[in-house]
Amino acid sequence: MIKQTLFTVVLLITLGVFVWSVFRLRAFFKLTKPAYPIKNISARITRTLNVAFGQSKIFRKPVIGFMHALVFWGFLVITLGSIEMVFDGLVGSDRSFAFMGIFYDVIMASGDVFAFIILVFIILFIIRRSFMNISRFKGVEVTPKTNLDAQLSLYFIGFLMLSLLVFNLGYISNHSNEVLGVYPVSSKIIQWTSMDFGALQESGWWVHILLIFVFANYLPYSKHFHVFLSIPNVFLSNLEPLTKYPNLESITREVKLMLDPEAAYDESEEVTRFGVKDIEDVTWRNYMDSLACTQCGRCTDVCPANITGKRLSPRKIFVDLRHRMNEKGTLILKGEDDTKSLIRDYISEEEIWACTSCNACAQECPIEISHPNLIMDMRRYLVMEEASAPAGLNAMFANIENNGAPWQYSPEDRMKWAE
Amino acid sequence: MNKDTKIDIPIMADVAAKGEQVEYLYWVGCAGAFDLRYQKVARSFAKILNHLELRYAVLGTEESCTGDAAKRAGNEMLFQMQAMQNIEILNGYNIKKIICTCPHCYNTLKNEYPDLGGHYEVINYTEFLDDQIKKGNLNLDKNPFENLSITYHDPCYLGRGNKIYDAPRNIVKAVYGEVKEMKRSKSSALCCGAGGAQMFKEAEKGDKEVFIERTEDVLEQKVDKVATACPFCMTMLTDGIKFKNKETEVENLDIAEIVSQALDL
Repeated sequence: MIKQTLFTVVLLITLGVFVWSVFRLRAFFKLTKPAYPIKNISARITRTLNVAFGQSKIFRKPVIGFMHALVFWGFLVITLGSIEMVFDGLVGSDRSFAFMGIFYDVIMASGDVFAFIILVFIILFIIRRSFMNISRFKGVEVTPKTNLDAQLSLYFIGFLMLSLLVFNLGYISNHSNEVLGVYPVSSKIIQWTSMDFGALQESGWWVHILLIFVFANYLPYSKHFHVFLSIPNVFLSNLEPLTKYPNLESITREVKLMLDPEAAYDESEEVTRFGVKDIEDVTWRNYMDSLACTQCGRCTDVCPANITGKRLSPRKIFVDLRHRMNEKGTLILKGEDDTKSLIRDYISEEEIWACTSCNACAQECPIEISHPNLIMDMRRYLVMEEASAPAGLNAMFANIENNGAPWQYSPEDRMKWAE
Repeated sequence: MNKDTKIDIPIMADVAAKGEQVEYLYWVGCAGAFDLRYQKVARSFAKILNHLELRYAVLGTEESCTGDAAKRAGNEMLFQMQAMQNIEILNGYNIKKIICTCPHCYNTLKNEYPDLGGHYEVINYTEFLDDQIKKGNLNLDKNPFENLSITYHDPCYLGRGNKIYDAPRNIVKAVYGEVKEMKRSKSSALCCGAGGAQMFKEAEKGDKEVFIERTEDVLEQKVDKVATACPFCMTMLTDGIKFKNKETEVENLDIAEIVSQALDL
C-alpha cells in the first residue's frame, strides 16, 4: 500500500510537470502563423510508416542508421512494457498483463532482448560521441551544453535499459517456478552466473520507473525531444515537392490589385510583415521542426555551402529558432519584449544568402524538416521589408523588371538563339 | 547540312494568327534565349522537335522570366508579377502542355504557377525525350559514342526537387551505353552552386567555391564527358572544368545535345 501511494504521488507530480511543459509549448505555438492544411491522411500514414517506423532516411547512413533503427524499434516495444509497469505500480500488482498469453510473451521477450541490444549500442554511442572524430558533431551550434545534453540523454537511456534488465533478473530470481513472460537475455545471465538477483527486483523497478518519469520531463527541454516529436513531425510534414516554395497570398492580393485596379481591396486581411524576421513570423511547422530536431547534423553534413566553408549550417537555423522562441516567447508571455530578432541577433545575413536551395538538407533530414523554405522566408523579409539584398541580386531584380530576364538583354532579342 | 543556319521555329503568335493550335509549347527560358553556351542546347532541342515533326511553338518575344530566381531571392512581389503576366499569355493561347529544358522554369511552372491560376501539363525535356526514345521515334546512332565514358550530374531542381533521376540516365545510356555514377549522385548529388539565385551574386566567404567541389567529383570519375540537364549546372561545371584546365579532356554536354548529336542533327 505504501508503494502504491508513493507511486501515485510520483506519477501525479510527473504528469503535472509534463502538462505544465506542454502548456508552455502550446503558448509558444500560439505565437506562430498557419502553415498548410493537414490533408491527404493516407499519404501521411504511408510516409510515417516509411520514414518514421521504417526509418528509411535514417538508413541513408547504413551502419549507424541500423543501430539507430534497432534502438528505435526496441524503444517502441519497451514502451509497451512500461505501460504495464505503470499499471502495476498503481494497482500494486506484478506482471498484471500476463493474461495476454503469447502476445505478452513476445512483447516481454523482445523487450528483454532489445534492452540488452540498446544498452550495448548506447555504450558504443557514448564512446563514439566522446572519443571519435565525427564531423557532424561539430559546428558553432554544437555548444558544450549541446554535448552535455546529448551525453545526458545517452546515459538516461543506458540506465533505463540497465534498470529494466536488473528488474527482469530480480523478477526471474524471485519467481523461478512460475515466470510470467519470456526473458531470453535475463534468463541466460542467471543461468551463466547462477546468482540470485531477487533482492534487486524492487530497486530495479523503482529506478526504471523513476528514470522514465524524470527523462520524460527532461525531454521537452532537450534536443532529445525528438523521442516525442519525430513521429508527429513526419506525419505532419509538407507533402509537396521539395522545391515547391509556397506563394505568399498577401502578395497575390497586392499583385492582383496592381494588375487590375478595379479589384476590391479586402482590408480584413491586412498583413503586418512580409517574410520572417522573428519568431512571430514563423509557422507552427517551422517551430515544430525546431523542437523535433535532434540536431544530428545530417543536413549540415551535406550542405554545399557548409562543405565549402561558408557560415551557413542548416541545423543552426533550427537550433537558433528554438533558442529564440525560448527567449522571446517567455518574454511575450510575461507581457514584455526585447529589441533583438531572429535575423541578425541569431542568424546572420551571410548565412541566409549562402543557401543554394538545393534541398540536400531537407532530403537528408530523417524527420522531414524543410530548411530552405524557412531560409527563403527570411530572404523575403530582407528583400521586401528592408530592400537589403546583395548587389548582384538587386541587379537581377532590375533586369527581370525591365527586360523580363535576369540578365541585361532586350526582350526583342529573345529569338536570336535560333538564328 | 549546315548546322549553324537559322532553324525554323514556329512562334505562338503566328500560329494563333493562322487560327491554329499547337500540341506543345516549348518554354525556352532566359538561358536558352540569351546564354551563349546554353543557346546551343535550345537549338539542339528545337532541332529534335522539328525532327519529330511535332506541332509545337515557342512564345518568342512574348516569353518572360518565370520569376524563379526572384522568388528564391526573396522577391515574391516580382515573382508573382512575372507569373501572372506569363499565365495571362499562356492562358490566352489556351496552352495545355509545356515542355521545359530548364529545370528551374520547369519547377516553377509545374509547382508554383497552379496556385496562381496557371494549370498546365508541364513536362521536363528529359522525360519527353526518354519517352520518345522508348516509343522508337528517335533513331539514335550510338556508334560514334560507344567507346566514350560519361557521367551525369543531377540538377537539384530535377532530382531532389521533382524526383526525375531515371529519364536523363536512360537517355545517356541509350547513346553512351553506360553512365558512370559520381560518389554523390541521385538524391545525394551535390549542388553545382548556382541554385537559389546564387547564379546572380557573389558567393559568401568560404574555403572553396561549390562548383569547384562538384567539378572535382566529375574529374574523379576520369570520364570523357559530363552530362547536365540545367543551364546553371552547365555554366558552373563548364567553368569548373576550365578552372581545372581540363577543357581539352572533359566535355560538358546537355542531354538535348547528346540526343541531337546521336541523331546527327
